[in-house]
Parts: sequence; structure tokens; C-alpha cells
Amino acid sequence: MDRRDFLKRTSTSVGALMLPVYGHAVAAEVLATPADKAMRKVLADIALNAATKAGATYADARIGRYLRQFVITRETRVENVVNTESTGIGIRVIVNGTWGFAATSDLSPDAIAKAAQQAAAIAKANSKFQTAPVQLAPTKGVGEVAWATPIKKNSMEVPIKEKVDLLLAVNNAALKAGADYVNSIMFLVNEQKYFASTDNSYIDQDVHRIWTPMTVTAIDKKSGKFRTRSEFSSPMGMGYEYLDAKASGKVKLPGGVVGYTNSYDMVEDAVAAAKQARAKLTARSVKPGKYDLVLDPSHLWLTIHESVGHPLELDRVLGYEANFAGTSFATLDKWKGKDFKYGSPIVQLFADKQQPTTLGAVGYDDEGIATQRWDLVKDGVLVNYQAIRDQVHIIGEKASQGCCYADSWSNVQFQRMANVSLAPGKAKLTVDEMIKDVENGIYIVGDGSFSIDQQRYNAQFGGQLFFEIKEGKITEQIEDVAYQIRTPEFWGACAAICDERDYRFGGSFFDGKGQPSQVSAVSHGSSTTRFNGINVINTARSLG
Amino acid sequence: MSIFTEAQAKAILDKVIKLSKADECVASLEGSVAGNIRYALNSVSTSGIVSNCELSVQVAFGKKVGTATINEFDDAALARVVKRAEDLAKLAPDNPEFIPAIGKQAYTATPTFAEATAGITPEYRAQVAADSINPSKAGKLVAAGFFSDAVRFSAVANSKGNFGYQKSTNVDFTCTVRTDDARGSGWVARNVSDVSQFNAKSDIQTAIGKAKASSDAKALEPGKYTVILEPAASAGLISFMMQGFDARSADEGRSFLTKKGGGNRLGEKVFDDKVTLFADPAYPGAAVLPWDNDGLKRERQPIITNGKVDSLQYSRYWAQLKKAKALGQPGNLIMVGGTKSTMDLVKGTKKGILVTRTWYIRSVDPQTVLLTGLTRDGTFYIENGEIKYPIKNFRWNESPVIMLNNVDELGKPERVGDDESPFVMLIPPMKIREFTFTSLSDAV
Repeated sequence: MDRRDFLKRTSTSVGALMLPVYGHAVAAEVLATPADKAMRKVLADIALNAATKAGATYADARIGRYLRQFVITRETRVENVVNTESTGIGIRVIVNGTWGFAATSDLSPDAIAKAAQQAAAIAKANSKFQTAPVQLAPTKGVGEVAWATPIKKNSMEVPIKEKVDLLLAVNNAALKAGADYVNSIMFLVNEQKYFASTDNSYIDQDVHRIWTPMTVTAIDKKSGKFRTRSEFSSPMGMGYEYLDAKASGKVKLPGGVVGYTNSYDMVEDAVAAAKQARAKLTARSVKPGKYDLVLDPSHLWLTIHESVGHPLELDRVLGYEANFAGTSFATLDKWKGKDFKYGSPIVQLFADKQQPTTLGAVGYDDEGIATQRWDLVKDGVLVNYQAIRDQVHIIGEKASQGCCYADSWSNVQFQRMANVSLAPGKAKLTVDEMIKDVENGIYIVGDGSFSIDQQRYNAQFGGQLFFEIKEGKITEQIEDVAYQIRTPEFWGACAAICDERDYRFGGSFFDGKGQPSQVSAVSHGSSTTRFNGINVINTARSLG
Repeated sequence: MSIFTEAQAKAILDKVIKLSKADECVASLEGSVAGNIRYALNSVSTSGIVSNCELSVQVAFGKKVGTATINEFDDAALARVVKRAEDLAKLAPDNPEFIPAIGKQAYTATPTFAEATAGITPEYRAQVAADSINPSKAGKLVAAGFFSDAVRFSAVANSKGNFGYQKSTNVDFTCTVRTDDARGSGWVARNVSDVSQFNAKSDIQTAIGKAKASSDAKALEPGKYTVILEPAASAGLISFMMQGFDARSADEGRSFLTKKGGGNRLGEKVFDDKVTLFADPAYPGAAVLPWDNDGLKRERQPIITNGKVDSLQYSRYWAQLKKAKALGQPGNLIMVGGTKSTMDLVKGTKKGILVTRTWYIRSVDPQTVLLTGLTRDGTFYIENGEIKYPIKNFRWNESPVIMLNNVDELGKPERVGDDESPFVMLIPPMKIREFTFTSLSDAV
């Protein structure tokens, strides 16, 4: 996950000039205007025909219109409002068994044909270095189809004033509840994507995502100490209805914590954040050692992301990411052996690009494959990876799993993580019941610091809130907690999983991969889960 | 066409400023031609060239600000982008921290452009890949790498008569070489402005040598060790620490440079005597544009001198509030060192660990700048001035503030790659006492 770029651009310490991250800044009304479908089919056909004429045995064209809106605030004021739009076409071809790619923002027929020819020329040039020709898994064309995120309220149509008013209400609530500082942001995405391929697929998709990050800071001037608490919302594949603050979206958790499902009360969370950040200033520092950890879904998503999602990406396993993100400990021999214990027998991990409200939910991936659900780890044993059309033959699959994505029309699509989730426990179990069984443990809510090695063995995670558990009861809020794991041992220590009533999603808006780097958004679902005997370190230091 | 001459850029910016009816207008124009080639498993995977040019216009009506950008430059497009910025500004609430545009600056040109880099061809990039792949293949090794090059121009102007124009070039190369049994891994990174100072054929030998030498690593107990950090190994930690040099964060109480009881630690000795760090836009071999994102002139600026905090970074708003001087934000960081190479530092070490690079660095506690990360692609045990054997990678938990209080010796500074730091950075290899490794990693 790479938040660095985003945070850099929304930093409160930079000067007033904030450049849009993607494409051109546009006026608000432009964001609500849909693109013309018939015209896009004509343009896509121009690309496909030009590519075929230039010798392509396969071609696809993605005409994308990517709309984004940021509203950035701190305390009682708006720092910036930015609308961006980026439109163009990306054309991918196979010539001489080799991929080629070219993209242009010029959507005139001549420019599109020229880009298709350029892609073919690059494929021809690179085929000299190709050691084995691309093997593309067969797929039946789907004809003309459409899919849209099932939103109730299009975020792009909600007036800026309404968004500003909400964020300033959030900030005021936090300040009133004792926060010294508060930063809150609204980040809205609409991808209007049109995909066409020489397999006779013409796929029109309208994808929406929303994220409202927040950081509340409490300061003790006397000691010079400061602590923060971040939002307990999750980025979602939803419209503006996510911010409706419905009672049905709230989950009462141990320690007086409130979690959220598919409706977020940002004002309420800001008030809680202010109080909890203040409590962190005086919370007892953890005694390092082995603890049973009870991990809330708002925390566990990130551990799943790093220790399961990434190592089971087939391109990493094969070595294509060796120079940047790294490779994987989950090598092909472990999968072939059909007996590699990834976790304890209750661990069921699966990939799913269809789950409603998730960041990865689409009808079709960026090479026209209908999305699906499949098992990665079954009864604790590694059974599969995440792959795309030119990889699935390596793992004996006849069709792609539909994991292909590009973050822009201008970048080539490649294998990206599906929503990877931990299935809820089959037996009835609530969080309170789980905690009752724990003698010496820590209950962790919210995601914090995260770091993992390049083969995804050794990881360290922090969190937002930590509560000590003694003899089945939560005793007090504690601080300075991080736990260190070795992936297979950690999942092997998975002792209990709450049932589906507790199932919630967390996710990343900015998962980074590739060179040049691309981002993607992905969700991870789980119920609260217990891991026994995990190594906890104390992160407090003195600077003298 | 995305690299405009100074006259072309000025003509466009002048038109934009004339078109704006707002109280003030700030415009910038940036263009680039960027090429790259990527390879893995000893085979080229992707390559491409991207040309782009973007005009950004920021206008203000009173304290209301709006920004818009566009990549078309005919008269109609210029009128459109100005109107969009003005429309957004009219919609925006007042920004109480609004500071008027800067006055006319006297920029001094810096040596950021190299003709040789501007002349890189697709054939040159293919040769870089071949120069990495061929010797790797011959040595039963597997290469994965990325070479990128860019030519850019930047121009800034505003309605108070300020104007600046400069061209720059950059080359960035990284290559990871692994043994075919995946038990050894080495890495090399190079970053230069002038490609004539780059030689893939010789640089790749660093990665090849480390890959071969790192097989069959032994496990050492985690704990505190003397380390020799190559420049790439410490750059990420120091870059992270620089966030704490923001004056506002320090004054607000959320930086390691916050003073107990209020205020900041400007002028205090916070690091070892040997630590001296400064920014200098014209520094040979590490030059950056002579203005920052605000258009403010960059000057040579001491940041840490002999361990004492010499300056904090003030935004123009915070400078006005605190009656301080706002200087151009640094684009580079130069850390003063000595004359010794990394291997010279190894020679003078009785027992220690040589770290090639650090990876996946994340903040654990912003209060103390405690960071965590791992070693990667070549970690070795040193005894009596010699590299004895490769060791398994470690996870570390360390604060750069503590690290820069435990400095034994510094070597000759080198420029580090784009992946290691958002700054152009010259960093010496360092010999550090009591660096904290907290667990072992099985990753190769």
C-alpha cells in the first residue's frame, strides 16, 4: 500500500498551490456529465482495426474517463477543493507473441490509429528480447454489456457546499470534544471505463468509490507528548449514501468502541477519536511479550492485505516484481505439493471481485473477463493464486480469474490484487464471547503502522486503539503496541473467528505496485479473529 | 511537442496572466518527455515513452482561491482554463490563511540539464537492459530492472511580474540480480542528471557481486549492532525525519523538534557533532530547480550544523505569523561526510554488519520518529575489518534521531536513487553504533 503520494499532495505543510493528482482540474458540473457510449464504440473499433491491420493477433482498447474530487480541510477551514478529469485511450496488442502498449489523450480517429500502430511497433521491437511467446487463455467475447457500481447517491452530483459543511461539522465536533487539531478529507472517484477487444467484447462500466480519512490529534504541552487517532471508516465501493450515518451501520464493540459497516457517522467517530486520542496520552505502556491477539476487522484487513493478498499474486511469485515490490514465499512448489499449511484448519481465505460495497467490485476486469470468487487457502492449505489471462496456464487454469487492472487509460493493465478476505467462522461466536475466553491478550482496533519484507514473511503491525485483556475481561486502554509475525506461523496461530454477524470490510485506496508505479483500490473482509501467542514489542523510545 | 523554449513558455504564461480578471494569478507550465524500459526474468517486459505538458493556473479573488490545469495551449484552451480556475475560486470559501502571491524573484540558474540525457534513444534503453541481462545470464543469475530517463522544463510566472524558466534532466536505474536458486540477491541503484556519468555495464557488477556473495546466509541473533549503512540504507530514514523540520508542526506540538512546555528546538543541539546537513540548489552533482513549489527562490540553507538545528521550514503563512523568514523549501539534501568509501569503513570495523539497503520503511511512533523496516539485497557480517559471511535479513526498529546521535564515522557522500528519497540527496556511508535489529526475516 502506498499512501505516500496521496499524503504528500494533501499535506498541510505545503504551500497554497495544490496540483491535481490525476488529469486536469475541471469545473464541478463536468463531473456529473456521462460520456457518450456510441461514440466510444466507434473509436474503440478504429483502434482494434488499426492494430489488426498492423499485424496484431490480439488487441484491446480501453477508453477511460477518470473523475476525482478532493475536499481537504483542517480545523475550521477548507484547505483545498480540487476536481480532476482525465480522458484518453490505451491500446494493448500482441504482435509476434509479444505485448505492446501505447496511449493517447487525443481521441481523434487519426491519433487513435497512430497509437495502435505505435503499440504494434513497440511489440515488434520488444519481440527480439522475448524468450517465450505470450499464452493468452481463451475467453468468449461477451458482446455489448454494461455494469455499474450499485450506488444510491452519485457523489459527483452532491454539491461541494454540502461536503464542506459535513467536514467542517466533523472538525468542529472533534475540537469541541477536546482535540487540538483535526484534518479531514473527502476523496471521491468515478471511473467511466469502456473496454473493447478483438474477442468481440464491448464492456461499459461505471465504477464509484468513496473515502473519508481523518486524523485527530491530542497534545500535552507540558510533556511535549502528542497522540493521534485516525478514522474507523473504510474506503468503500459506494456512493455518497455511505455518509448517511444510519444507525443500522453502527456496531457496538468492546471497550466502548463503535465500528461501522456500510453507513458511516463521521461526526460521531470524530468525537470518539478526540476522546480516545486524549486517553492515549496517559495510557499505560505495554509490557512486551507473547499475547493472544483479538483483531477487529478495521485492523485485520491490512494484515490480510500484506500477508495474504500480496504473496498470492502470481506475478510476484513468478519474479516479475523482483526489482520493486519483491517476490513471494508462497512459491509454486508449495502450491503444487497441495499440502502447504498457510494457516490453521479454520482459516479459509478467498478472492472475490463481486462482493457488493467493496473497492474491487466490478462486472469485468480490465481485459474483459467476468469477475468471480475463488478459494486461495482452503482449510488452512494453499490452493490457488490470483492471475490474469497470460498467466493462468502456469497454474493449470483454463480461464483467467479476472484480476487485471490499470489505474488510468495511460497505463498498461496488469495483475492486481482482488478483494482477498477471511471467511467468517462457521460456529456462532460474538466478539464478547471471544474475549471471555482470553486470559492474557490485547484487543486491537483500527490500522496503524505496517511493514513487511519483500517475500512477505516477516511483518510488523501497529494499530489505532489497544485494550489489555486479562482473564476474559478488558481492563484498560494501553499504548506503544506493535506485533511482529512470520506469515505462516501467524495464520497457523489463528484460534477462533467470529461468525458472519461481525463480518466487515477494510481497504486500501492506494495499493502501489509496478514500475512506473500504479495504484489500485482493494477491500478485505473479515470478522473479529483471535491469534494465540503472538510476539508484541513496546515501541516507546526516549530521545533524551 | 512538450518541451517549450523559454520564449514559447513565456508567451503562454503572459497570455494566461493577461486573461485573468482575478485579483491575482499564478501560473506554471511543466513539460516532460520520459522514457523507460522494464525487464524481469532476464527478459524485457515493458517499455514506453510518455510526453506530457501541463499548465496550472491559480487565481485568487480576495482570499478565495481556485486552481485548474490543462494540456492544450491554443487561445481558446487558455481562456477555458483561466475561466475554470476563476469559477472554482468563486465557489470556494475564504481561506483565512491565504497569503498573496510572491513578488518578483531574482533566480540564479542551477546546473540541472545535461544534453547527453536529452539524447537518449530507445536503442540506448534496450542496451541498458542487455547490459544487465547478458552478464546475469552468463553467471546463472536472474536480472530484474528498471531504467527511466526524463527531460523536463519548468516555467513559473505571476501577475506581480515574477518569471522563471529552466530545463532539467534525470536518469534513474535500479536492478535486482538474484541467483537462479533464489538463495542470493543483490541490488544496485544509480541516479544522475547527466547520463554520460552512468555505465550500466560496470554498475551491474555491484548487483551481480552481491547476489553471488549473499547465498547461504547465516542467522545472527537480533539485537543492537554496529552497522555500516551504505548511502541507500540511511537515505529513507533521514528523509522521513525531515517531516519533523516543519516549523508549524514543531510549534503546534507534533514533531520531535517540539519543545516541552511549548515552542520548538531551533538552535538546540539535537544530533552528534559529526552531523551537518544543508540544502543548496546549485550543488554540483545534485542541483535542483532554483525555486520551490510556491515559486520562492531557493538558496543555500544550513539545516543541521555540527549537530545543532540551524533552520526549520516555514510556510509563508507560518513565517508571517511567527515573524520568521520564509525561504524556498529545499529540493535537495546534502549531508557532509569524509573521504572514505564504504569498504574503507568496513576495514576499520572490528565487529559489525554491512547493510546494502533498507526496505518498506514506515513510521511506528511520530513522537520519536521511530521507524521500522528491513534490510534487503545484501546484508553481511563484518569481523576484523573484513566481510566474513552473508547474514539473513533483519527487521529493524530505529529512530533516525537516535541513529544520528550514534555516529562513529562518515564516508564520502553519494547521490541516492529516486526510490529512496523524495529529495535529490547526497548521503555518506555511515558507521553507526547500537543500531536496533528486532527480528529475523527469511526473505531473500
